Amino acid sequence: MTWKDRLGRIARGRRGRAAPAVPGGGELTCQELVELVTDYLEGALSSGDQHRFEAHLEGCDGCEAYLEQMRGTILAVGGVAGADLDPAMRERLMDSFRDWRSRRDV
Amino acid sequence: MVPVDRGSSPEPARPAEGGWTDDAGLIEALRKGDEAAYRALVDLHTATLLRLASMYVSNHELAADVVQETWIGVLQGIDRFEERSSLKTWICRILVNKAKTAAQREGRAITFSELGDDELAPAVDPERFHALGPDRGQWSLAPQEWDRPEERLLSRETRAVVERAIADLPTNQRITITMRDIEDLSSAHTCSVLGISEGNQRVLLHRARTHVRAALEAYFSDVTDTP
Repeated sequence: MTWKDRLGRIARGRRGRAAPAVPGGGELTCQELVELVTDYLEGALSSGDQHRFEAHLEGCDGCEAYLEQMRGTILAVGGVAGADLDPAMRERLMDSFRDWRSRRDV
Repeated sequence: MVPVDRGSSPEPARPAEGGWTDDAGLIEALRKGDEAAYRALVDLHTATLLRLASMYVSNHELAADVVQETWIGVLQGIDRFEERSSLKTWICRILVNKAKTAAQREGRAITFSELGDDELAPAVDPERFHALGPDRGQWSLAPQEWDRPEERLLSRETRAVVERAIADLPTNQRITITMRDIEDLSSAHTCSVLGISEGNQRVLLHRARTHVRAALEAYFSDVTDTP
């Protein structure tokens, strides 16, 4: 998967099921919203909480920037991947495979 | 053939070398002792397994031993594998069991079920919100959009910042963010392998991501301030 695919997936913010409801039920504060960002990106908010989350975002540049930073963070963490397999280790693994197969065939 | 958008499918089948596109084909080939199938599987998963093993044990050699034991466990168990989970989930679960045993031998124990005090820490420093008055809970020091994010987030220097931030995390958070955001494994897979609930996993992931975000924010503001 390329990082662009990943970004697309991160950006989607899937619609979700169960909810850790925020106490109250009125408008979210910024301080409450930052604690819900992962649940939002994971699609784990109730439809009510998701609506309140998105309603807050529309009027709040700070939270919009925060959410973008969290998406950027996920992208950057994904960039850490990608060590190639050490050929010597692969050979050891292939040796134990041949060993397993020869004993199995007996 | 036209590529299909798999939508929210958690683990899209990646075509492996040799043309096995699904678990069933690989499992069948492996049971027949097909070396190319095994090599494809090793190439596909060993880097992930090594990274996970190194979270549990203290050095690279021990991690490599755990991975070696895991692959032997896979071969010994393949005939009995009932395909109730994906092949990858099953392999990772074998790894986690072997890694925990190795960690215990070293006197290192990792518990996933308990969330430490750290899990209650706020995502963002409370000082950055108004504490009183009509604006209580609103930003007093709001985050700024990062400049040229794609280019900077994937730079070598940023990568080092991210690696350091992840290395600082408590073990259970480090393993969770590694599985989800580095190895790009699904939430279902991660919960199944680690034996934790979805909710528990989200808390760990949230804490881990917010810690890395804070490190990146600090790094980018330093970089910006330097002429």
